[in-house]
Amino acid sequence: MEAISLTAIGLGLIVLGAALGIGKIGQSAIEAMSRQPEISSKIQTAMIVAAALIEGVSLFAIVVAWLVD
Amino acid sequence: MRILFIIFFLLVTSLNLQASSEHAEEEGAVDAFGLIMGHISDSHQWHVIDYTNRHGHPVHISMPLPVILWHDNQLWFYSSDSFFHAEHPVKIGNDHLVLEDGHFYLTDHEGTIIRDGQGSITNPSPLDFSITKNVASMILSMLLLLLIFLSAAKAYARYGMPPPKGFRAILEPLILFVRDDIARSQIDEDKADKFVPFLLTLFFFIWINNLIGIVPFFPGGSNLSGNISFTATLAVFAFLAINIFASKDYWKHIFIAPGMPFPIKILLVPLEFVGIFIKPFALMIRLFANITAGHIIILSLISIIFILKSIYIAPVSVLLSLVMFMLELLVAVLQAYIFTLLTALFIGMSTSKTEH
Repeated sequence: MEAISLTAIGLGLIVLGAALGIGKIGQSAIEAMSRQPEISSKIQTAMIVAAALIEGVSLFAIVVAWLVD
Repeated sequence: MRILFIIFFLLVTSLNLQASSEHAEEEGAVDAFGLIMGHISDSHQWHVIDYTNRHGHPVHISMPLPVILWHDNQLWFYSSDSFFHAEHPVKIGNDHLVLEDGHFYLTDHEGTIIRDGQGSITNPSPLDFSITKNVASMILSMLLLLLIFLSAAKAYARYGMPPPKGFRAILEPLILFVRDDIARSQIDEDKADKFVPFLLTLFFFIWINNLIGIVPFFPGGSNLSGNISFTATLAVFAFLAINIFASKDYWKHIFIAPGMPFPIKILLVPLEFVGIFIKPFALMIRLFANITAGHIIILSLISIIFILKSIYIAPVSVLLSLVMFMLELLVAVLQAYIFTLLTALFIGMSTSKTEH
């Protein structure tokens, strides 16, 4: 039981971190887009790339947590 | 388009579907974990449907797939059907074969499986080149892609470049999107067009396999793009594309790190070197985990009905899984886009001339 609950806590922490990061990216991207709508497509690409990088790290952590469990 | 449907129909109807009736398994708790794991992992037969017939016997219908093994310097061909309903182990040369947990093992003539202390099987196993469910699904998606794009190419060759009609009207914006918004916006102008065929292949191959994966019934439903070997192969191709065409500047910045003080170089060079491998590794994990997670979530939502054994939970569960299916449709194209975009980005980083 001990190991299972530790994995669950780890997964929760991963989700927290990833959500915080992606949320901040989305927030600043939307702010930037509303300031300069004419370059919104460029901002969108940059946003998706940054979100994908965070997602990559968090998925990596999830897979490791799953394997260690 | 009509040809496509006809071929799909032929493929589905001409399959040698085999029904087998077995005695009822023990009633009781539904093994949701086993069901989900069975779905997301590869298999030697392509499961179609299970139902209970008029006499109360459960019927399993699945499509047998070819089993190809390398043993004693010789290739052996079987139908996977001979392993699922066999009473005795199948002969292979002087040895015998048993299918256990999705792997083939060599055994004695009684099919004895030897396990060690941890429960893992110690029997030797032959090299397995079988057409498994994932491989069959990949062949299907390749045929579909060939049909779609060869017919589109033929139409362009015949009619030239007037505004596209029919199915080409969907393809053309997508292809232009990959060329203009992915390749040309990330890679230097003069080199971008060289990588467009590779990026197009990546994009459409990942997308169509994601889509086939979320079709819940027979010709779809295999978890191909959620299979780590599949994404690893794609990542290896991305790795080669990134590094083979890399400029001198790219290697110089990795191994020499110009303009840095020496102590920082000691830190930076190993990091940059590991970074070469981490980039495709992250591509591999991202696609694998996203698609597998989607499959697991949908199956878990459906399994809730059978875990709680209540029909009243069914509307909630079906509605939630419908929403997840919608999300998966989006994820299917988004992951194909992200994989292609990041590959293009890395190629652009490695091929560009850096401005100092």
